[in-house]
Amino acid sequence: MAEAFIYDAVRTPRGKGKTDGSLHEITPLQLAAQVMKAIPERLNIDKGEVEDVAFGCVSPVGEQGAVITRTAVLEAGFPNQTSGIQVNRFCGSGLEASNIAAAKVMSGECEIAMGGGVESMSRVPMGSDGGAMVTDPQASFQAYFVPQGISADLIATKYGFSRDDVDAYAVESHKRATKAWDEGRFDKSILPVKDVMGVNILSKDETIRPKTDMQALGALNPSFAMLGQNFGFNDVAQMRYPEVEKINHVHHAGNSSGIVDGASALLFGSQSAGERLDIKPRARIVSMASIGSEPTIMLTGPEVAAQKALRTAGMNAKDIDLYELNEAFAAVVLRFMQALDVDHSIMNVNGGAIAMGHPLGATGAMILGTMVDELERADKETALVTLCIGGGMGIATIIERV
Amino acid sequence: MSNYTTFSVEVDADGIAVLKIDVPNQGMNVWDEALMAEFPKFVDSFVSDDAMKGLVIASGRDNGFMAGADLRMLEKQTGELSRETFNDAMILNGALRKLETGGHTDREIQREGKKAKPVAIALEGLALGGGFELALAGHYRVAADSPKVKLGLPEVLVGLLPGGGGTQRVPRLAGLQNAAQLITSGASLNAQKAKAQNLIHEIVEPGTTIDAAKAWVKDNLGGTLQPWDVKGFRVPGGAGAMNPKAVQFFSAANAMALAKSKDNFPAIKAIMSCLYEGTQLPMSKAIQVETKYFLSLFADPVAQNMIRTLFVNKQAAEKGAGRPEGIDRIEIKKVGVLGAGLMGSGIAHVTAKAGMQVISLDRTDEEAQKSVTYTKKILDKRVKRGRMTQEKADAFLARITPTSDYNMLKDVDLIIEAVFERPDVKADVIKKTEAVIRKDVIFASNTSTLPIGGLAENSVRPENFIGLHFFSPVERMPLLEIIPHEGTGDRALAAAFDYNRKIKKTPIVVKDVRGFFTNQVFPPYIAEAISMIMEGTSTALIENSALNMGLPIGPLGVQDETTLKLGYDVIQSTKKELGDAYQSTGTEEFYDLMVNDLGRSGRRFGKGLYNYDESGKRLDLWKGVTDHYPLAAEQPSQAEVQQRLMYAQLIPTARTFSEGVVPDPQSADLGAIFGWGFPPWTGGPMSYIDTIGIDTFVATADMLAQKHGERFKVPTLFRDMAEKGETLYGGAPKAYSKSALERMLEADVVKIANGMGIAASVDDLKADTIAKILGAQSGKKAA
Repeated sequence: MAEAFIYDAVRTPRGKGKTDGSLHEITPLQLAAQVMKAIPERLNIDKGEVEDVAFGCVSPVGEQGAVITRTAVLEAGFPNQTSGIQVNRFCGSGLEASNIAAAKVMSGECEIAMGGGVESMSRVPMGSDGGAMVTDPQASFQAYFVPQGISADLIATKYGFSRDDVDAYAVESHKRATKAWDEGRFDKSILPVKDVMGVNILSKDETIRPKTDMQALGALNPSFAMLGQNFGFNDVAQMRYPEVEKINHVHHAGNSSGIVDGASALLFGSQSAGERLDIKPRARIVSMASIGSEPTIMLTGPEVAAQKALRTAGMNAKDIDLYELNEAFAAVVLRFMQALDVDHSIMNVNGGAIAMGHPLGATGAMILGTMVDELERADKETALVTLCIGGGMGIATIIERV
Repeated sequence: MSNYTTFSVEVDADGIAVLKIDVPNQGMNVWDEALMAEFPKFVDSFVSDDAMKGLVIASGRDNGFMAGADLRMLEKQTGELSRETFNDAMILNGALRKLETGGHTDREIQREGKKAKPVAIALEGLALGGGFELALAGHYRVAADSPKVKLGLPEVLVGLLPGGGGTQRVPRLAGLQNAAQLITSGASLNAQKAKAQNLIHEIVEPGTTIDAAKAWVKDNLGGTLQPWDVKGFRVPGGAGAMNPKAVQFFSAANAMALAKSKDNFPAIKAIMSCLYEGTQLPMSKAIQVETKYFLSLFADPVAQNMIRTLFVNKQAAEKGAGRPEGIDRIEIKKVGVLGAGLMGSGIAHVTAKAGMQVISLDRTDEEAQKSVTYTKKILDKRVKRGRMTQEKADAFLARITPTSDYNMLKDVDLIIEAVFERPDVKADVIKKTEAVIRKDVIFASNTSTLPIGGLAENSVRPENFIGLHFFSPVERMPLLEIIPHEGTGDRALAAAFDYNRKIKKTPIVVKDVRGFFTNQVFPPYIAEAISMIMEGTSTALIENSALNMGLPIGPLGVQDETTLKLGYDVIQSTKKELGDAYQSTGTEEFYDLMVNDLGRSGRRFGKGLYNYDESGKRLDLWKGVTDHYPLAAEQPSQAEVQQRLMYAQLIPTARTFSEGVVPDPQSADLGAIFGWGFPPWTGGPMSYIDTIGIDTFVATADMLAQKHGERFKVPTLFRDMAEKGETLYGGAPKAYSKSALERMLEADVVKIANGMGIAASVDDLKADTIAKILGAQSGKKAA
């Protein structure tokens, strides 16, 4: 099988996903198109070289519906021959789309393929696509469905993370994101978003609060206590986890991922295609894994996915230099570090979604790009990128600097 | 006009037919086989006969419109799922649909503008279940402004769903939220509330509903339609997976229904699915989906077990199935209650509540006054909440006369003794009482620990002596154990039943042995939970496992309620009584520690296995228990905990049954559910054993006995029955349905598979084992 290499990675800054966010006026079509066309332009290759584009998008309805990827491919000025597919694996969509693009290269289907994702959470709110998982009684009774926040609080309770633990983690996320920006660690891949006039409307992640501290976070009320207690979700969680006496609601807006708008893209290709186009590979795909895990606790999939990817690669957890796990909720990361015995110093070194936000369909590809940059900057060899996923799934990709 | 036996039809000069339902041989109007056969025939003739231009449906009885379906008829359902059973079940639903469409197809209504002849319903009294569903198929509902009007769909209470369009018409009138509330709770609405939810159209003076219904029909003789047959209809509040309000509703309502039912009641899930799926379909399709879910509930033993125990057998017991024949009803107007402690006060309360006079006697007037205080406290709360008028409360309270004077007992019709549990105290009270009461008065003792026969030795009229074992708190606990001793006469037993009919408890007759029935089964169950703590099992795991299995309260919570002190005292007294014959439960040191060393004696003492605040409100589980019994590094699975807790109830029940402590499986099932809250979805322990199969019960118990000890030993009777392939309730063992297997303990499923010669263990996925069982069964059927 051919090997797949990453030749470039870009992402938009993440704009606050509310009506007063800087990217609210930018359509998801524009967000996607801008990152798509940036890569061929930066690499100075013909857009027609990109054979297929896979983009993640979690609420593919309304203006994100009807295969937003193909729509954006045409909007971005790619020739007709470039195809497009929209991918949905909830929060893992961006990484899944990247893995699909990489797999297309590895299988020989494509020489060059693009992966990435887009989500304008301010314009197409989370949950806009309904879904049987949440609404159909057959599904929710079967899976003991609870909202993610309850799952995150269940993780904290079951694995013993206190409110202080999760808050301290969140403070550190802001601190690291601030430092990363101050030191220009994201500069290589940040693509400022342009408005209708072609003027830069956002050049930097919008939700980082450098001064966030324990006092500030301590003042926030837990977000899921009322939901869990009044609507039966805590009881449902305890039906699956009877060893838990009482769910400790520790998560709130300040230690969970932020709602933001953004898009991201990476270019994958074979070695020969790179040589032919005279572009330099930056990282190699070592292994990839997608798994299903218990759906009620829902967010413990990353450890399983990571272990599968490590197994496939013939590696163990200690062989990885840098870890990147999407900061959906602080407890998700704390549990992963506990389960795989990963030191915080090599986990999410430049902060994560708690500080910078989680544009659902785009995040997986964003953090994969972040790792490509960071391996080069820090002069490290291997990175493992992983995300927890709704419905009880996990996804992981291991890359190696070239 | 042909002659119908279950209703009359009269057509007036305007061509308006008035159909009055009067089902013969039934206490109230119900859908029985006769009405089910005749009503569709009438609908056929109504839609085709031009002489009838409109219709009013009313009751020909003065005790309500219709009470629902005859559950005895439903009990005969085979539970087979096929095109044929579906077609049969659709007959009534089809007739109701025909009534509201005038027999026109959806296409004729939508494209050709066809309308239905107007149908109005006159509701003078209650319309429940299938009765309410009939009413909902009418175009217009008029109810009397009367407290007699109660409208609701109680099918869920016996494990069913309203299968006559109820799950479809209610949400289309009242919205999803009101519908889910009404149908999953089984509660009923008064006329005002029903009108507020659009379920009825008009409220009129009692006695005038037919006139009002006729008036509406007359105004609409040009034809009418149900709102859902009018183009552009939307379910009030929205429906469907793309409607944000409906999505939000289902997301929370599914979780709440799941949390409440603990996934033990398939009807709850089926009702939610009918609401979800049906409201996205046109009515003609929606009622088909509802019928399919309805039939699927019959394929599940839960509904059949619930109907049998919670309806048929419960009603039979309450009507006095165990009462000796040939004895005239014994009129009880005045009852002497001896002792004004917790039990005596409770007994005085329920007796006065039933309209009887109570002489509440204790050693001093001051002590006796406690029973008045007890009832006053309850009544004050009811008055404060607007549930009772002050006048009624005063009259209630006035029926209890506290005294310390035995002469006050001279004209009572029944004595119930609830004094201190000491033989000498009881003997003294019996003697003093019998000195003043009439010779025909029955003397009942509420002892829970002393043999009735022993107490009767103190009586000069032992044939009049009987046990009536109430449970605490008396006003809330539904079970009554009636304990005749060997010398109890039939008249005393009859009197016990006659008294019970007034206080409306569920009675079972049990043998005069130590602990009677419930107190023989309940303590081993609690002991099993305590043993698990001592082995290092998490207390949260024990409690939640019990709750998830369908117990109303966990064993540790219950132990705090009945108090560890009582548990301790019973151990001490049993030891003393039995001497060397005492069999250790292995939990003695735990009670000693909790009661004597730690003073954590139960809720009444401020602390126990749980912590409590000053008002007695339960806080959290007491974590200090692990200082004495450290948590085991490896915890058992929920399935293992549930299996032990379940079998710790099944085995003692089976033992008492085989020893004849309860006369029949019916009594054991009623006693378990109403005595200590055995999971009602099972229909009781005997129904549970029949459902899994006696051979499976024996196999699982043998495994538990090997692992945990002799306390799980199966009585010989059951081993013999297993060998003969018998069932407790008679009839041949049934094939296992998928849903039934899914609801069973994993260990039982494995044993069923093993019994069929399939290699399976608890380490396999339960779903895989179930698939293998179903595969083997269908193979057998094919062969």
